[in-house]
Amino acid sequence: MATTMDQDAAGGPLKTADGTPLKRKLAQAMFVSRMRALGLVAPLLAFVLAAFILPVIIFMFRGIYDDTYASRMPNTPALLAEWDGVSEPTEEMYAALVKDLIHARETKEIGRVATRVNREFSGARSTFTRSARRAQRLEAPFKEALIGVNDRWADIQLWQGMKVAAQSLTPAFYAAALDHKYTGTGEIIAQDEERQIHVRLFLRTLEISFVVTLATLLLGYPIAYLLATLPLRTSNLLLILVLLPFWTSILVRTTAWIAMLQSQGVLNDMLVFIGIAPDDARWSMIYNKTGTLIAMTHILLPFMILPLYSVMKTIPPSYVRAAKSLGATNWTTFWRVYFPNTIPGIGAGALLVFILAIGYYITPALVGGENGQMISNFIDFHMRRSLNWSLAAALGGTLLIFVLFLYWLYDRIVGIDNMKLG
Amino acid sequence: MKLWIAIGAASAMALAGAAKAEDLTVVSWGGAYTKSQVEAYHKPFTAETGKTIVSEDYNGGLAEIKAQVEAGNVKWDLVDVELSDAVRACDEGLAETIDKSILPAGADGTPAASDFIAGTNDVECAVPTIIWSTIYAYDSSKMSDGPKSIADFFDLEKFPGKRGLRKSPKANLEMALMADGVAADEVYDVLGTSEGVDRAFAKLDSIKSEVVWWEAGAQPPQLLADGEVAMTTAYNGRIFNAVAAEDKPFNIVWDGQVWDLDLWIIPKGAPNKQAALDFVAFSTATEQLAGQASWISYGPARKSSVDLIGDYATKPGLAMGPQMPTAPANFENALQNDFEFWADNQDELNERFNTWLAN
Repeated sequence: MATTMDQDAAGGPLKTADGTPLKRKLAQAMFVSRMRALGLVAPLLAFVLAAFILPVIIFMFRGIYDDTYASRMPNTPALLAEWDGVSEPTEEMYAALVKDLIHARETKEIGRVATRVNREFSGARSTFTRSARRAQRLEAPFKEALIGVNDRWADIQLWQGMKVAAQSLTPAFYAAALDHKYTGTGEIIAQDEERQIHVRLFLRTLEISFVVTLATLLLGYPIAYLLATLPLRTSNLLLILVLLPFWTSILVRTTAWIAMLQSQGVLNDMLVFIGIAPDDARWSMIYNKTGTLIAMTHILLPFMILPLYSVMKTIPPSYVRAAKSLGATNWTTFWRVYFPNTIPGIGAGALLVFILAIGYYITPALVGGENGQMISNFIDFHMRRSLNWSLAAALGGTLLIFVLFLYWLYDRIVGIDNMKLG
Repeated sequence: MKLWIAIGAASAMALAGAAKAEDLTVVSWGGAYTKSQVEAYHKPFTAETGKTIVSEDYNGGLAEIKAQVEAGNVKWDLVDVELSDAVRACDEGLAETIDKSILPAGADGTPAASDFIAGTNDVECAVPTIIWSTIYAYDSSKMSDGPKSIADFFDLEKFPGKRGLRKSPKANLEMALMADGVAADEVYDVLGTSEGVDRAFAKLDSIKSEVVWWEAGAQPPQLLADGEVAMTTAYNGRIFNAVAAEDKPFNIVWDGQVWDLDLWIIPKGAPNKQAALDFVAFSTATEQLAGQASWISYGPARKSSVDLIGDYATKPGLAMGPQMPTAPANFENALQNDFEFWADNQDELNERFNTWLAN
């Protein structure tokens, strides 16, 4: 077919009126229309690039790059890079440090440097700021002089922390995001057991997201089925009932759950009244993982129902009738005919709910208590409280990589084409 | 790199919108606290200088200030921060250095340097206004013979029931050690050793199963009122407010209180720096600090203000003096939050606390 199109009877390429080959002319025409399309989306593309993608990339960069130390302490970084990280620091290093302390005090940047090193070695902050105040008056030999000011300077771990901080391009934050520690000698070792928190939180975030996705599917599927099959008047009313909470503020819905589930709340009062729960041992259903699961399932339910509904709406009722008239039982009809047709909706709804759940923040913050917190709450903590933006970037980056991996896995197993949002 | 950060932060903040140019933008915590500042500082300042003040609310932390300073687009002139944040803002170069010589002498003639309570005016880019305290409180209508000491808070046998605690190691570790018998002036020495940290966590462990964790200052009075907890730590002003304004039967136990400061800082590059400095000097004068104390039960940072404290503004006859964390009867076993200790150890202790919570 293609060969006959491309060639005329004489065997030469097909040409247009002005003599250019048809193939090239076609390509030109396609190019023009593509450019026109690009021109139309250009404003949005530029906006997304400038307001979303660029800031995200720049922020991600903080997770691997921090020049707080190297850009403010001119003399020590080179010496620290050469140092093997285990031998006794030399007099030359101490002398360079005194020079740097004087310099950083003059530029009023000593606090930032001290805070950076303190992330690697607790106690470095006061050691730096106090020593910097007295650095001007110190005289050689500087090693004895500095240790005289503060005996922490004799601690090799402080120097190892400085070696890590002085390295601008660093795996330290990603190591910390995965409960590991990048040491001054270049190894990555496990963090102390009593400080290992992030991996546990990543796992919990995953667990909560999976459970919420499953729960919304189990609860949403029958509702979507009802919406799709009931007469229009009834189903419209039902749809409004689904959409009404969807239009309500997330804060209102979350706090409504607090009023419902707290130990002096509506549900517990009822349980006590009926006699299921004793008054002095009411059920704790909020400020823990249960609370997070219940509230998140409720809030994310519409994101499951709507894609399911839109897919179910397109399944002709005649399929089910045909299956039944051919002798299938109710279960066979559902499982072999109806259910396979709803898979694109399940895929879309599950992916939507899962991705929303994995980054959920407000609801766990309000009702999560101590064991219902998710990784996003810790990213928030490092953004607003500890101001360790590099660690926040590393945690966010890890989460992003993880979501992309799951997306790839989903594409391999289910197929991303096999998804329908409506 | 700097330019890139600036571009990124600027584009992120483009949506925040441009604030209207005003004479002075003062940012504080909102609610009854901001009201006390408006009544005692803002109104007299505007009356005296004719400058208008826009009061904005925020939720604490330095994230907004950091974003504004790094983007080179500072909108706030003055921010009310906790001591630990003031120190951090200073360290990270987010706040302007304040020349302390602009502060007026006390009404009784004491120079400013010795009028501020010792240890409160040492941060070079911040000026303290009030002393607030983390105390614990209980509902006296539900407990006739209530707890008296910090040790009682950790005694589940004598006083059964849920406990409310702030979800943060700060103040909790100190209170745990004081309840375990450590004297207030030795708390930070003990906490500086790893055995001391273990000891504090062990004490917290003994009530962990009964703890309800709170985060916002408005939560503890609500938890008490709902009967969710038998007793809870709280900021003293919040409990006072529930008692004085809403007639709740709450009692404060002052034993083992951990007191702290709120201070003014000026973000680096603030658009109206000179006006902000004038306002700092004006608002931290003896009369203004004393005036604020009649609106909320936070103690003035100046000694000369103490004698001028009057009655609660909306309830004449309710003397504010005894409600202050610094009142002699309340101050017997009190501990000042040590910012240097927390600046040095917060990363480690936060991680340890969060891991302990998750277990």
